[in-house]
Amino acid sequence: MEDMKEIIRTYVVNEYVEDDSEVTFDTPLISGGIVDSFSMVSLKRFLENKYKISIPDDKATPEAFDSVNKICTLVLEFTK
Amino acid sequence: MFNIISYDERIKNFDWSISEKELDYQPGNVINIGWYCSDRICELGKADKPALIWEGSQGQEKRYTYNELRLTSNGVGQFLRNLGIQPEDRVCLFMDKIPELYIGFLGVLKIGAIVQPLFSAFGDESLIVRLDNAQTTAIITQRKHAPKVMKIIDKMPYLKHIIIVDADPSKPLGERQVAFDMDNAVKPDNFEIHPTKAESPSVLHYTSGTTGQPKGVKHVHYSLISQYLTAKWVLDLKDSDIYWCTADPGWVTGTSYGIIGAFSNGVTQCVLDSGFSAENWYRFIEKHRISMWYSAPTAIRSLMKAGDEVIKKFDLSSLRHLASVGEPLNSEAVIWSEKVFGKAFLDTYWQTETGSIMISNYPGMKIKPGSMGKPFPGITATVLDADTYEPFDGPGRIGLIAIKPGWPSMMRTYWRNEETYNKKFRNGWYLPGDRSSIDPEGYFWFVGRDDDVINTGGHLVSPFEVESALLEHPAVAESAVVSKPDFVNMEVVKAFVTLKPGFVGSKDLDLEIMNFVRKKLSPLAMPQEIEFIDNLPKTRSGKIMRRILHAKEWGEEIGDTSTLEND
Repeated sequence: MEDMKEIIRTYVVNEYVEDDSEVTFDTPLISGGIVDSFSMVSLKRFLENKYKISIPDDKATPEAFDSVNKICTLVLEFTK
Repeated sequence: MFNIISYDERIKNFDWSISEKELDYQPGNVINIGWYCSDRICELGKADKPALIWEGSQGQEKRYTYNELRLTSNGVGQFLRNLGIQPEDRVCLFMDKIPELYIGFLGVLKIGAIVQPLFSAFGDESLIVRLDNAQTTAIITQRKHAPKVMKIIDKMPYLKHIIIVDADPSKPLGERQVAFDMDNAVKPDNFEIHPTKAESPSVLHYTSGTTGQPKGVKHVHYSLISQYLTAKWVLDLKDSDIYWCTADPGWVTGTSYGIIGAFSNGVTQCVLDSGFSAENWYRFIEKHRISMWYSAPTAIRSLMKAGDEVIKKFDLSSLRHLASVGEPLNSEAVIWSEKVFGKAFLDTYWQTETGSIMISNYPGMKIKPGSMGKPFPGITATVLDADTYEPFDGPGRIGLIAIKPGWPSMMRTYWRNEETYNKKFRNGWYLPGDRSSIDPEGYFWFVGRDDDVINTGGHLVSPFEVESALLEHPAVAESAVVSKPDFVNMEVVKAFVTLKPGFVGSKDLDLEIMNFVRKKLSPLAMPQEIEFIDNLPKTRSGKIMRRILHAKEWGEEIGDTSTLEND
């Protein structure tokens, strides 16, 4: 779980953060404007590729993607 | 009672002088949008009225009265003047929806410079194309977006100043950078506003076309006449309203109605600088007692998707009037809003080039869900036969939407691109590039674009720009970009790609290319789906036949394929 959190956090920082802003496991990603609704598609694709899962569109909500912690919970739901 | 009182009565004897008189403007006088949106409201006795209530993503809040709006925008003007910014210089605003964006907009206009708003999610490629075309002198931005500007600074010798509104005092500034803390700057009470006239340039918004680079749409200060009155009659803005326009001022709705229409009418407006979440939006409406809400079909469909249960958690009884813009509002969304909010979202139709609402549904007028409504008083609009460019004789036929030029907020040209501007007119009509029909009662019904431009979430994306960006990826040999249907965004970008020898299509490559385009252009332009194919359909002369790919995505008839090369 900790590994997964760090992998996702690092991916978010590398792909979506332009400056040196800190991103923690609880930083709001969608409501905080770091990842917008269009970019969520690429984040979802990353998770699906990385963890070999398929996240249904109705589960890929802004709320479910709003922090690294929430994303991990979502991913674990589909890797079980 | 609605401001428009009666649409049918208003269209009978309409003249734009109605708006001029309300604004105490006489032809030939000085007209400056920055002054009209702040100083004038203070002179009307509303200096202490809240003008802007801003809420950030972490819940932080800032409030500005009209007097503070006046003084702070004066401060912006003075700072820019001291930097040497001249009237008609282009000053770009490249910021999130923070107060500095709204106030900076007025400050730039007050010194007679041209304000060039750009969407803060633009990547460096999108940025340089637009700054280069405008030969922008200064850019006002945030620390978080400065790296994108610094990445391309060497290619922009004309860009003299990079103004950072939230600079970290503990860190040195970069090349050409200057710090400007808007709230704590000198705010002159008496500021000499540049005496702009009706035809003085004001705003330069960029929009995408099918081919070629994005076009800079030049507006003038006289646009205020349209923007003020349409905001008053269509959005029904009243002195007691708490108004929320969800659009980003990087796009025209965010400036015409998120700044000019709102402030020139002297209303209190709220801004939420936060990503979308249904719960957060409803909370925002409840907290600030929003009464007039101007949003977009994409947002409305996202709210529909979030379900009705979440609405019950909030008191939304303050809402009295709702309107929508950006793309056609489907009838389901209108009916849904009536069910859950007790009010229908009224669709409004216009575009960057028109500067203000052209065709709309009006308060008090019979609404036909799914219809665009009727032309605003003073606007002559019709549908033309696409072959003859003549208006159809009777109703019901699908053709090109056409508007008689001459309204105050009509664009004056495309910046340094007069040739393309002239192509927008046929037989004395301005053609927005959309198709519709008109029913026997005079209501317009949207059909679609008349070109390949993709309208995703209310924003136009040029397939040419995306294809060009794709070709810069080392794996891509050829590309064709079309729209595909999407419940929330109406359309999204889909790319068909052939790969260079040695590359194999895979899920990882797919993601890599998506991110490549996102960073280069913008998240809007990122293909939401990439299909790797062996060959693109082409004519015998080698031209990619996008329409075949488009038809496939939309489940339409492919049509004539006689010119297809590999048929």
